[in-house]
Amino acid sequence: MNHPTTEVTTERAITVTVNGVPRETTVPVRRLLSDALRHDLELTGTHVGCEHGVCGACTVLVDGTPVRSCLVLAVQVDGKAVTTVEGLARDDGRGGEVLHPVQEAFRECHALQCGFCTPGFLMTMAAGLEARDASTDITEEEVDEIVGGNLCRCTGYANIKKACRHAAGLMKDAAGGHA
Amino acid sequence: MTTKLFGEPVRRREDLRLITGRGRYTDDIGHGALAAAFVRSPYAHARITGIDVNGALDVEGVVAVYTYEDLVGPMAEPLPVLIPHPQLTAPRTGYPLARDVVQHVGEAVVMVVATDRYVAEDVCDRIVVTYEELPVVVGVDAAREAAHAVHEDVPDNVAARHHQETGDVEAALAASTHTLSFTQYIERSACMPMEGKGVHAVWDHDDASLRVHTSTQASTSVRAAIAAKLQLSLEKVEVVAPDVGGGFGVKIVHPWPEELLVPMAAIALGQPVHWAEDRREHFISSAHEREQRQEITVGYDDEGRVTALDVRGWHDNGAYTPYGIIVPIVTATQLVGPYAIPVYRVRIDSVYTNTVIVTPYRGAGRPQGCYAMERTMDRIAQDLGLDRAEVRRRNLIRPDQFPYDHHLTFQDGRPVIYDSGNYEGLLDKLVALVGWDSMDARREEAASRGKQLGVGMAMYVEGTGPGPYEGGHVQVLGSGKVLVSTGLTSQGQGHETAFAQIVAHELGVPIEDVEVTTGDTRRFGYAVGTFASRAAVMSGNAIALAARGVRAKALRIAADVLEADVEDLEIDEGLVQVKGTPGASIPLRTVAVLSNPLRYAFDEAARQATQFAGPGDDSKPPVAVGDAPGLEHVDYYSPIRSTFASGAHAAVVEIDPTTWEIDVVDYAVVHDCGNIVNPMIVEGQVHGGVAQGVGGALYERMAYDADGQLQNASFMDFLMPYASEVPDVVIDHQETPSPLNPLGLKGAGEAGVIPGTACIASAIEDAVGRRIAAMPISPTELYDLVRDPDAERVPTREGAPA
Repeated sequence: MNHPTTEVTTERAITVTVNGVPRETTVPVRRLLSDALRHDLELTGTHVGCEHGVCGACTVLVDGTPVRSCLVLAVQVDGKAVTTVEGLARDDGRGGEVLHPVQEAFRECHALQCGFCTPGFLMTMAAGLEARDASTDITEEEVDEIVGGNLCRCTGYANIKKACRHAAGLMKDAAGGHA
Repeated sequence: MTTKLFGEPVRRREDLRLITGRGRYTDDIGHGALAAAFVRSPYAHARITGIDVNGALDVEGVVAVYTYEDLVGPMAEPLPVLIPHPQLTAPRTGYPLARDVVQHVGEAVVMVVATDRYVAEDVCDRIVVTYEELPVVVGVDAAREAAHAVHEDVPDNVAARHHQETGDVEAALAASTHTLSFTQYIERSACMPMEGKGVHAVWDHDDASLRVHTSTQASTSVRAAIAAKLQLSLEKVEVVAPDVGGGFGVKIVHPWPEELLVPMAAIALGQPVHWAEDRREHFISSAHEREQRQEITVGYDDEGRVTALDVRGWHDNGAYTPYGIIVPIVTATQLVGPYAIPVYRVRIDSVYTNTVIVTPYRGAGRPQGCYAMERTMDRIAQDLGLDRAEVRRRNLIRPDQFPYDHHLTFQDGRPVIYDSGNYEGLLDKLVALVGWDSMDARREEAASRGKQLGVGMAMYVEGTGPGPYEGGHVQVLGSGKVLVSTGLTSQGQGHETAFAQIVAHELGVPIEDVEVTTGDTRRFGYAVGTFASRAAVMSGNAIALAARGVRAKALRIAADVLEADVEDLEIDEGLVQVKGTPGASIPLRTVAVLSNPLRYAFDEAARQATQFAGPGDDSKPPVAVGDAPGLEHVDYYSPIRSTFASGAHAAVVEIDPTTWEIDVVDYAVVHDCGNIVNPMIVEGQVHGGVAQGVGGALYERMAYDADGQLQNASFMDFLMPYASEVPDVVIDHQETPSPLNPLGLKGAGEAGVIPGTACIASAIEDAVGRRIAAMPISPTELYDLVRDPDAERVPTREGAPA
């Protein structure tokens, strides 16, 4: 191949809004988003379990949509907004934080053991629950769909499914409905 | 009241950091460290004829390249045989980097250190290793045939012949009314924690000391191994297991080559070095488990009571035996389960193959033993036309027979003497829980939907909490904070919570004041590790004893201050008080201050303990003879022998006779782990174990081809259960306390996985009426089995003729 006028680029400057904060960084073009988050931005809450897109531990939200950050290059999120598990709780305005309902539910329902897959489940579940009508009761089919794509080796999933139901209930309460 | 927490489902104290992304796993540590990567063997058995690194050295960012030739002193020697045994007559271990010959695909040959992992892998790609291929041995049958040898100097491929017997089995079989014999197989799976292994090493040049973070189940022993191999003084090496993303056994093996090589490079280069295992590396260079061939002969009477049992087994130990023959020993000794077997002989050959090493995976040989015994019970029932539950009942050890001596020697070198149990109670609960006696109706209902329904059960006894010991340290600070440490590690079992519950309960302090540290040799240097469902039994009891020591000292000091008898004092909510006399009290934190006589008042609390703070007794030294300053205590728990937990599982499967898909529709667990510290955590352990049991029965296998290539070394192809594959589990508990330890605990970690393969095999057999003699089983294999006109037919209803 001969591209005499094209300079080979191995690095590129990108601007990404991460957990609401604009971040500028220069990354090798081959750098995975998962590695850029973990090693360049030092947001190590996003975990890498397989690096081939199957386990879901590295799931983050890109413009609100769950993606497997081990299957995305960092340069692909230039100009976009990324939310990681570190950005899931919100600031309570008094120096503390208010956990997202899925975080509350995981703690309440013992939905994690070693915690390694947990960030991926939390991000997937948060997006899944936020995309549905919070005023309605969640169905088992919805629960299966939301938790069905991530691997966990510790819990056997029973309590993750329970947490999904519990979080949906919390979100229903917050939406003004009462079960 | 927050102090009486033993037995309560206390929410976990680990969770907040883990759900907010603030956990600290090994790969989260040490930004900017140099990165290690490995060139691994692409061949299962080959002689290394050359390593050419010249093409790699001009890659920008390469820092160092190591081969076997760079290893010196003990590093150039084979890795340790961690658990020697007299019957392990031909132990073999590899080198940290392969020397001359590689014995399995994935064995490390070259270590590269570079500025980052991407560069390190570029460098690996440019290193050319040439090999001369050697004949490959895969599978127990090929190992037995020994047409080729894995290790040149072990021509029969037999690492060990494990043999135990309790009497003359051949005479007992000859005298038995009935006998039957059969052969069955169980395949490989693996622990597959979501976090692979990882090592981070920092060398402090000025202090000449090493700090290593590693994703291990045994930090104290990793520390000792690093010190020995790198010729460092023990006090110059510290090893920390930070948050660990699951273990299930694979991380009890140590030292992994990387646990030695990464620190070696950090010292040589004077810079921090880091390695994170990727998933393919984990498949081909960590450990697997389970593969066995079992030939079983059983004698029994007309009632189905076993009169003799003879088991001949072959266990595939992979290429090396760093963990000795623990897995076959556990199979041999746990096989007898909850049954009284009058005469038992077991002979298991542990054989080499050119595959990844085989070391404990949750259950550690117990699932195989349970598979052998429970399938034997099913066959006796089928042969005599008896109910499978009834045959089991007739063979159970009765509650009045404890302690029950099997006259076998367990994995800890101690006798297999069951401490306590109520196996009939388990069976009664299981039969009720799963609706064993109403299966005919369910079978008919399923048939009306075009499904074939079957039910199976399996019982087990699990030796838990083996020694030799664990320790605990409990210290009350002047702030009121209670620091607790133990040397064993945590991989998600909730130790921070369970141990805090024990201390809060024993010491009478709010759990919020208790902080637990595990697996950090800077805090506690003596430990064994987390395996064999031993953490609660071993460290739980050690910590309880340490807390009792602190309590005794606190009461002694407080009695002095309050001018009361020790017997009249109690501690509640962190306050030492005279029983029934409100106001006559002293906070435990003040007792902690007074326990440490001070010269210098560095803060307000300390002021109370200085020399002019109050009147003292001039006739005594400030610290009494034989006493020590500080409100703290270290104690150890070392059991006479293991405790024995038990349980019974039942599975109901529905099979679609069009696709032969196997759906586990119900799964029932009755579980007895003695007293329970935290039922929420115990149920979580059971849930997780059952999921692994279902995976092992229906989905997970290591697909080696004849060349020793692992064909399914990814999560795309190795089928671990997602939520859609795991049935809902119903659990009933029975609590039979152990008389062997102060808290009456047994272990809970492995129980859920043990009977999975046995009871699901039984259920499938019940559903399709064909003998199931190899597990796991896929829909395709089931389809082939039912179409095979020669497949052995078995009755599908309790008591029905074949």
